Amino acid sequence: MSETYEQMWSELGLDLEAHDALLQVLGKGYQDIYMSQSGRAAGMEYFNFVMSEVHGLRVKELLDGKKEGRKVIGSFCVFVPEEIVRAADAVLVGLCTGADFAMEEVEKLLPRNTCSLIKSAFGFKLGKVCPYMESADLIVGENTCDGKKKAYETLDKLVPNLYVMDLPQTKSPEGRALLKAEYERFKKAVEKLTGVEIDGARLKRGIEIVNNKRKAVHRLAQLRKADPVPISGLDALLVNQVYFYDDPIRFTDSVNKICDELEERAATVNGAFPENTPRILLSGCPMAVPNWKLPWIVETSGAAIVGEESCVGERGTRNLTDASAATVDGLMDAIVDRHFLVDCAIFTPNPDRLNHVKEMKDAYGADGVIHYGLQFCQPYQMESIPVEADLENHGIPTLRIDTDYGMEDVEQLKTRVEAFIETLR
Amino acid sequence: MLAAGIDIGSRTIKLVVLDSDADRTVTFRKSETTYNPLDECLRILDGSRWDLLIATGYGRGLVQKRLGCGTITEIQAHALGAHKLFPEVRSVLDIGGQDTKAISLAEDGRVRKFEMNDRCAAGTGKFLEFMAAGFQMPVERFGSFALQGKEGLTINSMCTVFAESEATSLMAQGNDPAAIARALHVSVVKRSVSMLKRVSPNGLLVFSGGVARNRCIVELMKQEISSDLLVPEEPDMVGALGAALHAIGRSAAE
Ligand code: SF4
Ligand code: SF4
Repeated sequence: MSETYEQMWSELGLDLEAHDALLQVLGKGYQDIYMSQSGRAAGMEYFNFVMSEVHGLRVKELLDGKKEGRKVIGSFCVFVPEEIVRAADAVLVGLCTGADFAMEEVEKLLPRNTCSLIKSAFGFKLGKVCPYMESADLIVGENTCDGKKKAYETLDKLVPNLYVMDLPQTKSPEGRALLKAEYERFKKAVEKLTGVEIDGARLKRGIEIVNNKRKAVHRLAQLRKADPVPISGLDALLVNQVYFYDDPIRFTDSVNKICDELEERAATVNGAFPENTPRILLSGCPMAVPNWKLPWIVETSGAAIVGEESCVGERGTRNLTDASAATVDGLMDAIVDRHFLVDCAIFTPNPDRLNHVKEMKDAYGADGVIHYGLQFCQPYQMESIPVEADLENHGIPTLRIDTDYGMEDVEQLKTRVEAFIETLR
Repeated sequence: MLAAGIDIGSRTIKLVVLDSDADRTVTFRKSETTYNPLDECLRILDGSRWDLLIATGYGRGLVQKRLGCGTITEIQAHALGAHKLFPEVRSVLDIGGQDTKAISLAEDGRVRKFEMNDRCAAGTGKFLEFMAAGFQMPVERFGSFALQGKEGLTINSMCTVFAESEATSLMAQGNDPAAIARALHVSVVKRSVSMLKRVSPNGLLVFSGGVARNRCIVELMKQEISSDLLVPEEPDMVGALGAALHAIGRSAAE
């Protein structure tokens, strides 16, 4: 495979040697963690393929599209409204932030106590190994947590095309007005980049494409309510991760196909795990490709993950955008309203998130909640303490894990996770 | 039946075999973990008979792979063991070679909540061992040495490396070595107590693990906490006992 794409990668300016090393680690990780699972849906074959071609065929598609004038926009956060991007026939991709890379270089630019997600984005840039970042015509940074906000000031010096979007911190009328203004400004920027004027019909089509993608993952989520659960948490996480990379229409079809298959399976009570396997809800920081560490530990310790209260998961995809308005302004309002509901921990206060954790725990029949905080992530680590206290007051077993992308703590985490699962049996 | 529990800790390996029909312990062994824990496990198991073996401790996976036995975590094992020895127990503090666990139990002995130190070995048996080496004495004597020291000095850092340099500078200032040793013990106790508080314990506390043999730690711990504290006769065998008890439970369930 590498042979065929080498020219493409070197044209993108990737460091071929480093990139090769990354692909090898990625391939091996996928093999060990994903291919060793049993009882997977046949439809996951598509996702195996996507992963094996994540730096190959998909990037080629993007580049071929670019030749025809389709712009590529990279983003780090679910607050960047994909509807607007699709309305202009452009492509939105998530930028790799799920693995450590070139850490010595990164720590020359960022303090050591920066979360892994941010460091990873820098590592992929500095190590010249992310074809998505290099393909992007525009990279959108958003003012969410302090870590990202300040890191974008530094990233701006490393990339020629950073666009920073401001975001509110409170769910107030003023906050909503800011989000609206920023989405309007973003719409103009996208129009300028693509040369497309986004009218009502285009916006409706953009909304429809993205809503369909969301509906497909909602459908998958519904199926996970069954016991035995028909799909592993690892596989469901992968679907949620690929959500950020793949062609949306093809992705939607592939997820729906898996759902068809799983619906049949559920009828024959054929699960990914035996019946009565303890069920876990994960809650906390997003897990970007290829960050599979904690789910892998959980699912090799005798439990099944049945939901993710995370931006790579339900927090990111929870609500649909209302496409009924007749005017561009009305549709823009609908996009703002939809995103304003996202209960990210950068908001203060943020009571919706806790309510959602409890709702999800009930809806998916979880026996316990594992709160996943990335080390040095102030917003989520701070929230984890009251979240844990409240869940425990409601009699919901909760385990709080703070970790990073390193593997040194795997054994210790295994013991803690296993011990937690033992208490759920 | 003969139920065996093996606890593969970072420093020592412990084996307990129970005869559940006669309700007595038939085997009770302990040895150093060494650099080849699997061989050491096989050696300690050699000559013992059992119907069901359960492994626990950080090396449980090793034995499981080799012998195909079941496993439970140290947390579950210490809870089970402590509950058997002291049915009134409500919380367990286990300080082993390289980790510390605080566990709170429900009335029926089930684990309610637990905390464990993260990747760093501060405040564990390793910490004391390292410090004892600095005082050029075997760790077994470090506790009674520290008990002779006067109160009043403090070590602020939890980190092994920083704590050592604090101890060194206290020595350079001419402080009594025993008082410095005592201060090091106090720092271990403070850390363990704060971990215990996070699981909000109440009622009887059982102190298990190898470090519970250290008299100074036990004394200081009694002063720091309000609840009653008991140390089992063989504090480092509690995990292996718990694993053996789990074997009995498991075979009954089958
Ligand atoms: S957690 Fe917050 S900052 Fe991160 S992707 Fe989600 S919304 Fe954006
Ligand atoms: S994980 Fe936390 S610190 Fe890191 S980028 Fe997201 S919100 Fe910011």
